[in-house]
Amino acid sequence: MRKLIPLAALGCVLGQPALAAEWTHKEIADALHSIMEADRTVYTKLIVNRLQNQEKVIKASEHWKDDKALVLPAQMFRYGSEAVAEKGAKFSYSLLSLWPVNKQNNAKTPVEKEGLEAVLKGDPYYKTETLGGKKYFTAIYPDKAVAKACITCHNDHKDSPRKDFKMGDVMGGVVVRLPIQ
Amino acid sequence: MKRFAAYRIWALWLAASVLLAAWFAWAVQTPGEQSVFMPGQTTHAHHQIEMKCVTCHGEPFKGAEGIQQACLSCHAAELKAMDDSHPVSKFTDPRNAGTLAKLDARQCVTCHTEHKREITHPVGVTLPDDFCIRCHAGVEKERPSHKGMAFTSCATSGCHNFHDNRALYEDFLIRHGHGDAAKPAGVVRERGLKEFMVYMDYLDGEPVTAAEMDGRVELQPTPAVVKNWEHTAHAKAGVNCSACHQVNPGKGGEPVWVKRPDHQVCAACHKPEVDGFLSGLHGMRLKQGLSPMQPGLAELPMKPDAAHKSLSCTSCHGAHTFDTRRAAVEACLSCHDDGHARAYKASPHFALWHEEVQGRGPKGSGVSCATCHMPRIEYLTPEDETRTLVQHNQNDNLRPNEKMIRSVCLSCHTLQFSLDALADGALVTRNFMGLPKHHVDSIRMALEAEKRGQARNAASGTAGDEE
Repeated sequence: MRKLIPLAALGCVLGQPALAAEWTHKEIADALHSIMEADRTVYTKLIVNRLQNQEKVIKASEHWKDDKALVLPAQMFRYGSEAVAEKGAKFSYSLLSLWPVNKQNNAKTPVEKEGLEAVLKGDPYYKTETLGGKKYFTAIYPDKAVAKACITCHNDHKDSPRKDFKMGDVMGGVVVRLPIQ
Repeated sequence: MKRFAAYRIWALWLAASVLLAAWFAWAVQTPGEQSVFMPGQTTHAHHQIEMKCVTCHGEPFKGAEGIQQACLSCHAAELKAMDDSHPVSKFTDPRNAGTLAKLDARQCVTCHTEHKREITHPVGVTLPDDFCIRCHAGVEKERPSHKGMAFTSCATSGCHNFHDNRALYEDFLIRHGHGDAAKPAGVVRERGLKEFMVYMDYLDGEPVTAAEMDGRVELQPTPAVVKNWEHTAHAKAGVNCSACHQVNPGKGGEPVWVKRPDHQVCAACHKPEVDGFLSGLHGMRLKQGLSPMQPGLAELPMKPDAAHKSLSCTSCHGAHTFDTRRAAVEACLSCHDDGHARAYKASPHFALWHEEVQGRGPKGSGVSCATCHMPRIEYLTPEDETRTLVQHNQNDNLRPNEKMIRSVCLSCHTLQFSLDALADGALVTRNFMGLPKHHVDSIRMALEAEKRGQARNAASGTAGDEE
């Protein structure tokens, strides 16, 4: 029993996560993404897919104001990201794809192009890049079709470059950028 | 003696320098004397307030950041309301660093520099006309229909707007192209301030009569004033003399009677209307604490005999008559004297107004100056209630004029007709006498884009079936 106490203490020390102040860029990006992904999934499943596809109460529309409809999940994500930018946050994030409905969400930087290809396998991708003379830690996470609403909307949209998405497919990627000093 | 003469010159120079510095220091702090620091004429939008430098430059001069904050202090809300197509957040995202290098749209002054009249285009744009292609040069790759179009035609042909595309976006054009948009009502919506005030328990709404007037002793109203007031919406809604003429001096003092209440008194019940007035060209001087706007200060042609009128709520609404019909036409025409204003009374719009005023046309079917320039809008109150009110900022939907389409034109006209008419400058000057000679092709192009999309969908559907 006496031998077990120091062992347990050692276990506690080793098992403890690093202090937040010591987090690496990767750990910060992973933490931020876990919140983004969770919120995004909740909105897509509990609001859009439930009310539009299952209960057929209200539609989701790109022109939600004019159509008096729900905001699309991709717009929800973008508005959040814009609100974060307006607050002057040091990091930025966006939802991109190799097959975006909105052309502005196409891969633009070499790292985005490489990363969006890489995440198709299902794992995150991390790299540093220099944009506008500043260095960034860029993390790209696979963004999967979690509900029927995702694939019907993208497969049927007139501006969608890809029309054969299936449930669980990686449809794009969430890009999180942290500045490196 | 010669030595002293040399000193005298230096003393003279020193005295002159001190005097000059003192004069500059006095001038920079004295409103109305700052013209010596004016580097160039300001735009049509800001010339009224140009003599109050701190309005835009911050206090004390705060540089670029102060200027940007000043722009936003007046224009941020409207940018938000119009779903700005090029918000600042689009340019601060590091992934758009390349775009930012081409056009620093984080700062309003990148495109809207002040004091440069000689290079100022419509809507206060001071960039050369090709600014769109700095970023959208390869547009024909995504949109083959745009191939060969002149680089100056993006915004000038009634197709695109840098900030506000609410009446121009593709799906909106498609919907109207199919004719399945809401059918024009042909009448403007009813206001309902009294109903709102009663609903919110701000007023009991019980009318007051001349016998119940509570300011007879203090204000000594003339019989004409009593008669006018008795017929107003104010009397009918229970707004007695004291509601406007008795104001609270603050600091716990007793309310005092005032003969001529100002716009702030009106704002007690009509706040969004007064805010609109203060934001537009009629009230922006008052908002900055300057003397009221006078037609003589305006850049548009005004009637000479109106040159020295001072603009306030009552200059259009008339104290004690508060005749909104007069405010909607006659008040405007008592000052405005440009081609568009002069042509109004011969226009089909005025004919409808005349019919309504004569009691022959349905209520709300007339088209006054205010119908278009101060439209009735749906407003979300601070209490989260909606009510219809008149947008008193005459500039809110004015430039570029496509901004007028949704709030005004579509009430009676189709989108195609509205786009064509507004893009025909000569027709606008004639106050829409005749038919548009300009044709905006955007609806046809949007419908073709829709067809191409449907064809792609059909093709992929077939491919799916075969698999």
